[in-house]
Amino acid sequence: MKHTLRQVFESGKFVSGFAIFVAILLVVTIYPLLVPEPPLRIIGQGTFFEPGIYVNVYDSISAPHFTLNLDEAAERRIAGRLADRDRGAILTWLVGVGIPESEIDIANTEQLLDQWFSNFDPTVRIPGMTNADRNYYIRLNSSIQGLLSTEDVIIAHANEETASLEAAGTIRPSAYVNVGQIPNVRILPLGTDNFGRDVLTELVKATAVSLKIGFVAGIIATTIGLILGLVSGYVGGFVDDVLMFITNMFIVIPSFVLLILISFSISQEQRGAVTIAVVIGFTSWVWTARAVRSQVISLRNRDHVNLSKLSGHSIAHIIFRDILPYIASYVVMALILQISSAILAEAGLSILGLGPKTTEVPTLGLMMNWAMIYQAHILGKWWAYLPVIIVIALIAFSMNLMNTGLDQVFNPALRE
Amino acid sequence: MLDERKPCLRGRGLTKVFGLGRSKTVAVDHVDFDFKEGEVISIVGESGSGKTTLAKMLLGLINPTEGEIYFQGKRRDISSNRKRKAYWKQIQAIFQDPFASYNIFNKIDSVLLDCINMIGGKRLPHEKKVEMMAEACGFVNLKYEELTNKYPFELSGGQQQRLMLARVFILKPKILVADEPTSMIDACSRATILDMLMQLRSEGGMTPIFITHDIGLAYYVSDTVYIMEKGRFVESGSADDVILKPQEPYTKRLISDVPKIYEEWDLSTV
Repeated sequence: MKHTLRQVFESGKFVSGFAIFVAILLVVTIYPLLVPEPPLRIIGQGTFFEPGIYVNVYDSISAPHFTLNLDEAAERRIAGRLADRDRGAILTWLVGVGIPESEIDIANTEQLLDQWFSNFDPTVRIPGMTNADRNYYIRLNSSIQGLLSTEDVIIAHANEETASLEAAGTIRPSAYVNVGQIPNVRILPLGTDNFGRDVLTELVKATAVSLKIGFVAGIIATTIGLILGLVSGYVGGFVDDVLMFITNMFIVIPSFVLLILISFSISQEQRGAVTIAVVIGFTSWVWTARAVRSQVISLRNRDHVNLSKLSGHSIAHIIFRDILPYIASYVVMALILQISSAILAEAGLSILGLGPKTTEVPTLGLMMNWAMIYQAHILGKWWAYLPVIIVIALIAFSMNLMNTGLDQVFNPALRE
Repeated sequence: MLDERKPCLRGRGLTKVFGLGRSKTVAVDHVDFDFKEGEVISIVGESGSGKTTLAKMLLGLINPTEGEIYFQGKRRDISSNRKRKAYWKQIQAIFQDPFASYNIFNKIDSVLLDCINMIGGKRLPHEKKVEMMAEACGFVNLKYEELTNKYPFELSGGQQQRLMLARVFILKPKILVADEPTSMIDACSRATILDMLMQLRSEGGMTPIFITHDIGLAYYVSDTVYIMEKGRFVESGSADDVILKPQEPYTKRLISDVPKIYEEWDLSTV
């Protein structure tokens, strides 16, 4: 046993797969201790906030201000504020008033603005331009003027008695605050999702739930498959015929269709994560049963089994002591594959909207489902689905890597 | 004189067919035999002649397709687990490949303890069991102190086969089916093992049945020889009759196939 374990941990493939898997497990256990926040709490008002560091504006006004005279500040401010859409609009205007397109470079902010100020005239009418477009250009012009201004911004608050504004302070363009001195800074490494929930916190919880679903489903499927395979392989005859008839029936019915029907027929209220795991487990044991059966058939006529029979052992003793240990490594590998395919099956079910109910816990599949319903992939909100895909891929990859590593250790024909 | 001995195993029309229809293989084809208690029996044949299948039927590990086996004059009944267990107290086996005969997860002690349990020694004190195991190991020239807590695969092929004999020593069955017990072992260990088998026979009144392809070995050890070809017994009788005055061409071929020192090996018959 000790020797086998050492051999297993000398396999590079198994160790890399195991390292990835343990890293995922560690993150899943440690992260909730550091961020003890309900994973589905809605923090953002609005959908799909980009990943980044969110600094409280109110706090930064009252925080100590520092003056830093940096030359490129104004230029960078304009470059940052001038969105790609606005640059495209400027291009359209400039082309409309007759400047050749080859002379315009929308990435060069300084040149673009020069061309804009020398050519913009609100009274000019470009053919095909609607009134709304014209108003947009006027707004754009004034906002660019505002950006270029170097005047201070005045902070004012309303006087309660007179309802008039009273200046409370000014903010110069060269004023800076130290982020460390602002009490409210929230880092959203993966932004927020469509409901305004922190994607990272949600993702960690979802990974934990999906792993649990995988383990429960994998263990159920492997147990059923193992028992049916052992009994039908060892006992043989009529018992084998009956069990294989049932197994073949499950093979013929596509298990995903069965899964959809079962998920649909148990009501939304009943569909917790564990229920889904049980449903997946009860539909995916088929190939384990067949594989175990064929292994057992090849083992049951071996001499060591005959010797065990001659020593007067019962069928149960022979199955558990003379056959099960010989296929244990195979069963462990089957379990690993079952876990990884159960996680994928849950993701598949949830994308179709047949996963666990949505109010309590997230799962990887549900996150994909939400991202899909709210069109994150069309809107380009990659942080809502890409991390989920990467986590699913990493789990499946690490488990398959472990499986391949184990296979190389236990199957002498594959050893390098 | 031989006929006065008690009958021990008798077979009538024993047949084993594997497969169905076109892929049907008749491994053993209506075989009749009378094994008497105390004599040494050899069943000789080339590979594929059905010897091992016959041995497994004798052991009750596979059921015959047709025919009956009589044990000690009565029809053999192994229909229930208890009856099977009782039968296996009377008949034991040594298999061809010692490396495949043991469960690699069980230690040597458990192999021998199983035998002690089988003969009803489950409640014996631990010291008594150790004593019995040590005695059995001593009989086959193995040191129990060196074997305890070891796995069977840590032994050499010859040692493993001797351990198998130690099992037989504890169980003291009436019949021992030895299916090619020496074919995987070198010549020196072979003589030792045959010697021990003969000793078990004379001490315990055991009837050994050798299943072998080696007609020389059969001549050396047995009283009665059965020659098996394609599932049938083609010739049988006392070892001297069969091997010194062979009637069947198949027997003659088997004899001529034995390589001899100082003589050119006749390969024309192969």
